[in-house]
Amino acid sequence: MASIRELHQQLVSKARSATEITTAALETVNKLEPQLKSFLTITPEQALAQAKQVDAKIAAGEDISLLAGIPIGIKDNLCTKGIRTTCGSQILNNFLPPYESTVTTKLAAAGAVMVGKTNLDEFAMGSSTENSAYQVTANPWDTTRVPGGSSGGSAAAVAADECVVALGSDTGGSIRQPASFCGVVGLKPTYGLVSRFGLVAYASSLDQIGPFGRTVEDAAILLQAVAGYDPQDSTSLDVKIPDYTKSLIPDLKGKRVGVIKETFGEGLDQVVAEAVETAIQQLKELGAEIQEISCPRFRYGLPTYYVIAPSEASANLARYDGVKYGYRAEDAESLMSMYTQTRAQGFGAEVKRRIMIGTYALSSGYYDAYYLKAQKVRTLIKQDFEAAFESVDLLVSPTSPTTSFKAGEKTSDPISMYLSDLMTIPVNLAGLPGLSLPCGFDAQGLPIGLQIIGNVLREDQVLQTAYAYEQATDWHQQSPKVCA
Amino acid sequence: MIEREEVLKVANLARLELTTDEESQFTTQLGDILDYFEQLSELDVTGVEPTTRAIDVSNVTRMDQQQTCEDRDRILAGAPEQDGDFFRVPQIMAED
Repeated sequence: MASIRELHQQLVSKARSATEITTAALETVNKLEPQLKSFLTITPEQALAQAKQVDAKIAAGEDISLLAGIPIGIKDNLCTKGIRTTCGSQILNNFLPPYESTVTTKLAAAGAVMVGKTNLDEFAMGSSTENSAYQVTANPWDTTRVPGGSSGGSAAAVAADECVVALGSDTGGSIRQPASFCGVVGLKPTYGLVSRFGLVAYASSLDQIGPFGRTVEDAAILLQAVAGYDPQDSTSLDVKIPDYTKSLIPDLKGKRVGVIKETFGEGLDQVVAEAVETAIQQLKELGAEIQEISCPRFRYGLPTYYVIAPSEASANLARYDGVKYGYRAEDAESLMSMYTQTRAQGFGAEVKRRIMIGTYALSSGYYDAYYLKAQKVRTLIKQDFEAAFESVDLLVSPTSPTTSFKAGEKTSDPISMYLSDLMTIPVNLAGLPGLSLPCGFDAQGLPIGLQIIGNVLREDQVLQTAYAYEQATDWHQQSPKVCA
Repeated sequence: MIEREEVLKVANLARLELTTDEESQFTTQLGDILDYFEQLSELDVTGVEPTTRAIDVSNVTRMDQQQTCEDRDRILAGAPEQDGDFFRVPQIMAED
C-alpha cells in the first residue's frame, strides 16, 4: 500500500503515470466492490480524464501538488456537480447537484482523482452504514461485520486500498468511529476549519468534514488541501492554516496528555480498554506526561446529542418536499398529500425516527424541556473540556467502546446503536478536533481505535501525537483480509 | 411515555405519512428515547447559558452584490415537474 508521498515520488520521477495509478485503483475497486460495496457511484471516466490532465502537467514539466494524481473517495453527502449525490437516501436517488462543494472544488484544483462517491448511512444518520437505502458496506477485516458509520464507505474504501484517502463528515463520530472499526486514521477537525458549502446538512451546529487515510501523514495532507476560510460558509473560521506536515515529529517530550477517566467505565470492552491503556503507556515512553482527567458531564453527551442533532435535522430535512429536486411520490391528490407521501416513501426508518424526535423536541410546549435544556448541558460539557485543557495539551480515550459488530446485530435497538458514539459525541458538542488511529486488534483480528482530542484549532498537536505513536507502532502496516 | 395521538400530531407537523406499523413502532421507540433523555434532568442548569454553536462566529456579512445564476435551466431540469420557468406542484386548494 503506497502512501501519498510515495505515489507523488513515483509520479514526479516518471516511474508511474497518474493514468496507471488511477487504472490500478479502479481495478481494485472493480475487484472488491462485489464484496465490499463501499461506493454508491464509481466515476471511472472523470477519474481517467483528471489523471490524464495530471500526466499532461508532468509531461510539460510543471510542478504538481502532493495530491495530484492521487485516487480519492468522496462521501456521497458532498455535492459533485452533475454527478449523482444521493446522501444514501431514496429521496435524492436522482439528484444531480447543479453546483460543486468547496472541498471537492479544492481537491479537483489540486489534481486529486475522485474514483467515486462512497456509501453512508442515510443523511449521515447512523453508526454502521446499514441505514443506507442502497447497500450494506462490509468491513474489510471481516465482511460479515459493519464498517462503522456514517462514513463507512469512505473508511472501508481506504482500508481496502480502493483509494488512497477519502473525505467523510462527522456530526457525532461519523469519521472517527468508522476509522476505528476499519483500522485507518480519521480526523474530525475543529468546527469551522473546513468549509461545509455543498455538504448536505444534517445537524448544522455539529457537522464537520474531515479526512481518512491509512497513515497520519496522508490524513494531514488531505486536511491541508481542504482546510481554510470560505465566505460561502457562514460558520467558516477566518484563521491562518498552519503547515500540518511540519507538526509530524515523532517526539512527545513535554506534551501533557490527559486520560479521560469517564471513558473507562461500564460498557467498555476489556480488550479495547487494554489496547488503549497500552497505547497510553507508549505515549509516556515517547515523552508525554500522562495524567488522569475527569470530565464529569462527559456521559451526558449522548442524550444531549440525541436532542440537538435530531432537532436540527428535523429543520434541515424539511426541504425535502418533492418540489424543487429529488424524489416525488406519484399520483398525490393534493399538495399536502404530495408532501407527506413523498417524505414517507423517500426517507428510511432511522431518518423518520430522528425527524419525529426532533419535531417533538422543538414543538410548542417542549422546546424548553428538551432543546434548550440540551443546549445548556452542552455548555456544561464544553466547560469540562475547557477546564481539562487548562492542565493538559491533549486528551485521549478509546474511540468506540467496542470493535466492529455483526451486520444486523443492532438494527432493531436504536439506543444500543447510539451507544457506539458515546466517546466521540462530546467532542462534536464542544467543536474540538478529534482523531482516531489504530492501536491494536481484538482476538478476532478486528481493529481498535485510540481517540486523540485537541484544543480548538490544535490539529497540529493532535497530528503530532498521532504521528509519534504511529511511528512507534506497526498497526497501520497490517492489511485487512479482503485485500489478501 | 408518549401517546399514539401525540405521535400522529408530530407526524403531521413533520409532514410524514405513517403506516399503522410505524405508528406503533414509533410510539414505543420515541417513548424509550424520551425516557433516555430523562437523565438530563439530573443536571442543574440554572443560570447556564445555552450553547447554540460550538465555536461562534458572529456578524458574518458580505457585500450585497447581485450575482447571476448560471444554472437556471439545470436547476429547473432537476425538479420532479416543471412548467416553463416554474416548478409545478399538485393542486393546492380543494374545491370545497
